[in-house]
Amino acid sequence: MLSRKQKDFLVKSIFFVIALVSILILFLIMFYLFREGLPIFEVVSVKDFLFGRYWYPTSDPPAFGIFPLLVGSIYVTALSTLIAVPLGVMTAIYLAEIASPALRNIVKPIVELLAGMPSVVIGFFGMVVVAPFLQNYLDLDSGLNLFNASLMLAFMSVPTICSISEDAIFSVPRELKEGSLALGATHFQTIVKVIIPASLSGISTSIILGMSRAIGETMVVLMVAGGAAMIPESIFDPVRPMPASIAAEMAEAPFHSNHYYALFAIGIVLFLFTLAFNMIADHISHKYRQVGAATL
Amino acid sequence: MDKRKVIQSLAFGLFRMAALVNALALAILIYFLVKNGISAISWEFLTQPPRNMMTEGGIMPCIVGTFLLSFGSMLVALPLGVASAIYLNEYAKPGLAVRIIRIGINNLAGVPSIVFGLFGLAFFAISLHFKVSLLTGMFTLGFLTLPVVISSTEEALRSVPNTYREASLGLGATKWQTIYKVVLPAALPGILTGAILSLSRAAGETAAIMYSAAVFFTPKMISSIFDPVMALPYHIYVLATAGTEIDKTRPLQYGTALVLIALIFSMNFIAIYLRARMQKKR
Repeated sequence: MLSRKQKDFLVKSIFFVIALVSILILFLIMFYLFREGLPIFEVVSVKDFLFGRYWYPTSDPPAFGIFPLLVGSIYVTALSTLIAVPLGVMTAIYLAEIASPALRNIVKPIVELLAGMPSVVIGFFGMVVVAPFLQNYLDLDSGLNLFNASLMLAFMSVPTICSISEDAIFSVPRELKEGSLALGATHFQTIVKVIIPASLSGISTSIILGMSRAIGETMVVLMVAGGAAMIPESIFDPVRPMPASIAAEMAEAPFHSNHYYALFAIGIVLFLFTLAFNMIADHISHKYRQVGAATL
Repeated sequence: MDKRKVIQSLAFGLFRMAALVNALALAILIYFLVKNGISAISWEFLTQPPRNMMTEGGIMPCIVGTFLLSFGSMLVALPLGVASAIYLNEYAKPGLAVRIIRIGINNLAGVPSIVFGLFGLAFFAISLHFKVSLLTGMFTLGFLTLPVVISSTEEALRSVPNTYREASLGLGATKWQTIYKVVLPAALPGILTGAILSLSRAAGETAAIMYSAAVFFTPKMISSIFDPVMALPYHIYVLATAGTEIDKTRPLQYGTALVLIALIFSMNFIAIYLRARMQKKR
């Protein structure tokens, strides 16, 4: 029979081992991505893969250059960030500083419902409602394009940006705000000159995580971005971001063919992008953590 | 009037507008889904399998599949997630190990769902011979929602006052007895809220299951966890993009989308309600 002390130690050890599972999963994901993706680099060099301008995986001979997909991903992410950041941060300021408790209790669940909206529904909406609208009113060849995809993606990253920014703004020490107001600054001046600078690390973290969400989001770009693997010349051109390529082509890629390996290799690129975004966010939130008024 | 005041009211107007845009976006989305989808909803739609090349009949197998996938994923994510959170919040002391575990969790939360899908396909379906099946989907979605479960459980544990723990330990209980008998019961509503949110996340997930668990159509009802399933999100995607009669099935697409968000919103509302009640209690 175990003593109480031994039993307690055993329980603690079990919990520790389970806590390691997240890291184990992360490594398993990496291992399998690399195992199934790296063989493509026997056929094409890393440089030609990343910067090759032609993605014709099923042609004969095939071309495995993902540059157009990479550019597509970067463009939709950048444009959606441009839309989502002002919207998300301003909503966060509204929630944390301006809204009355009653309105807050209405707006906050709205943002949470947006966060819970399945991406396939947003993609569907972009396809059947927004695309025809854009096509008619802007007189375009197709409403399925970079702009539409960015707009839909923006509404997926707004909740991320908003909720993390709001936490950061909310945790700014009261005495900072009161000090500024007591010196005669208006509420708005206090927000711009005191509260935003004090919560800047949280706001930056939220923006990076929002971008990470946008670049990895699949269903929206699959359904709305138009799907053409070419480098866009205007924001109304169709694009084919990386996740869309994986999702659209996996079904037709024969098991362990070069095409299959190439799609996993795109998965590696995507994984590394989000890993980098998350590491940067983690670094910012730790290095510049707001502990109290004393750290300013 | 003071110039600063004018600037302030202009800026605040802009902030209010931003909040309004969110509400408007949600309202427009729901409006279109309800307006075009409500006519498709009928008893038959909810209880019958699809017929006639998907152009008629219902979506019952998809509803069943989505329930199985999301509750199944909780069987994986809940034990792992709650245990991880207990370790991080109750046992661990700040240090390198905890820092590394947290980095792992944060990065896992950032992995795109399509990458989870690739992983599920390569690891569970192929290497472990689970095939494209409910079981593969349960594990893939379970791993995908694990970070959500961990962070919401941690939040629930943090909100249990330390005096509870001290009182229990003071009475001579061991750490584990304290956690099991005092901390966990007090944190249960919070853990439940997190579980419901993860459930809704899993139910709406498409990219992670499209190559690991879901199929567009299976003629027979699912009879084992090694069978592939139909699922609401994947059904919407295929009907809207790859069906043979995209225009003809448009009402069915709207109807399926409406059923999915009704499911997800009701879960979210339950979670929001639970949390509001907890905050009131405190």
